[in-house]
Amino acid sequence: MTDRVVRLLSGLMAICAAAVLLLIMAEMARAAWPALTRVPVSEWLLSAHWSPSGGDFGLASMLAASLLTSAGALLIAGPAGVVLGAWMHLAAPGWLRGGLRTLQGLMAGIPSVVYGLWGLITLVPLVNTVAPPGAVMLTAILVLALMILPLSVLVTDAALSQIPDQALQSARALALSRWGSFRSVLWPRARAAIVSGIVLQFGRALGETMAVLMVAGNVIRWPDSLTAPVRTITANIALEMGYASGLHLEVLYLSGLLLLVAVALMMGLIQRGAGNL
Amino acid sequence: MRGMRDPIFMAAGICLVLLMVLPLGTMLLDLLQLGLPHLGLDFLLEAPRDAGRAGGVAPLLVSTGWILLVCMAAAVPVGLGCAVFLSEWLSPGSAASRWIGLSLDILSGVPSIVFGLFGYQVFAITLGMGFSILSGGLALACMVLPLLVRTSQQALAAVDVRYRDAGRALALTKTGMLGRVVLPSAAPGLAAAVVLATGRALGETAVLLFTAGYVMRMPDAVTDSGRALSVHIYDLAANVTGGLERASATALLLLALILLTTLGLHYSARVWQKRMLALGG
Repeated sequence: MTDRVVRLLSGLMAICAAAVLLLIMAEMARAAWPALTRVPVSEWLLSAHWSPSGGDFGLASMLAASLLTSAGALLIAGPAGVVLGAWMHLAAPGWLRGGLRTLQGLMAGIPSVVYGLWGLITLVPLVNTVAPPGAVMLTAILVLALMILPLSVLVTDAALSQIPDQALQSARALALSRWGSFRSVLWPRARAAIVSGIVLQFGRALGETMAVLMVAGNVIRWPDSLTAPVRTITANIALEMGYASGLHLEVLYLSGLLLLVAVALMMGLIQRGAGNL
Repeated sequence: MRGMRDPIFMAAGICLVLLMVLPLGTMLLDLLQLGLPHLGLDFLLEAPRDAGRAGGVAPLLVSTGWILLVCMAAAVPVGLGCAVFLSEWLSPGSAASRWIGLSLDILSGVPSIVFGLFGYQVFAITLGMGFSILSGGLALACMVLPLLVRTSQQALAAVDVRYRDAGRALALTKTGMLGRVVLPSAAPGLAAAVVLATGRALGETAVLLFTAGYVMRMPDAVTDSGRALSVHIYDLAANVTGGLERASATALLLLALILLTTLGLHYSARVWQKRMLALGG
């Protein structure tokens, strides 16, 4: 009898937890629907002209800015994270390994608004000496890269730890160098897990708001130069939600819906790749 | 050729470590340099003045505490219940388990600004809570839910199989097993899950911008708008000229709080482990 009650209650909670995502999707779609019906796809997806007061709702330049800053950050932090993770696993002295793991855990816990503050205080003046005004796309890429670096190291470290010691011992028996054993023995086995972990970091970079908002300059323009300010989709939402209303607000919801769909697709692909779907 | 790679590998590793540690070091130094002179007891006990350029953060500490409390009050029962259902009643490979898992995984990847949009739409507008601690806490609860479920699941899975076997040998019902065996021995892990989620919620900003709002006054009730510490950092840094010093001081305070939760987590886990070992020995 009590078994059934507990089962029912916990099952109810599980349904609640699963329903949160559905509710978010439904509510975002509902709030964005008027924008979808009243603003043609060719305008919001392809036009770069954003002037809500004038009735122009082109998201293209901000979408491009979001994608390019995230891709740039991943281009730096992805390979660096894999090499650093492999180094930690295979070549780092033991005392350093433990210290680095703790440090990366702590770095992953630093709030994004603090990374943004650091970018504003330290990185913007630094970039300013090379590329005024300092709050430019490059700055945003560097801050994002620093944010996702510890996570890509942790992902690599975890994936390599999953591989049985036997594999590494065989590599040693073949007298492979450390890099050689990573390249030819460990990497092929861990690649799938590492790549999907890094795709996750792309999703994180794409959705990051505060850090980018504080250092990217927030000027709406095509991201055609690393040394010019840009505004990402997320920064645009944070900047304009405060006063938007009507169609303007609905287009902001549409841009949030795009982020949501992108993340859901990425996660679905990863799960499918892992054979869970 | 093979022999040549290793020195390069070593050098690359050391360079990358430096590249990672250097920014972190400058972050700490810069924040300390700007913020530490303002970080005294006054800072904790006074209300902010002049848009935050002077005074302290007392009302914001209270707002942050209330937001966390609302968040956890909503997220813990749902998260724990879901974890118990997933690990005690569903078999791991079943369709229901996979679909719930997938929805939680997607939820964990949803950008925080989307939780902000959703929270504004549902809690502030549709449910009529407006800009309030309640709206902010509930939106935050949706965000930390997947983390809470996954870490609680790990805690439940880590329960010693022998305990479960012993419970079965005594013909305990599922509920008896849960109440007398599984939950007590998973308690430190479950507490860790809650602390981890609290730490995550503590630093979150984008969710709170349009749900809990910007009001700096001391909140009288959870239906008041209240500015969290993280939102204060953003506002001071981005919208208040001359606000960087207090922003740094607030950031140091926030980092200290997060560090304290992390350390408390490690310490309590260790104490608990000792006690369990003593019992087992």
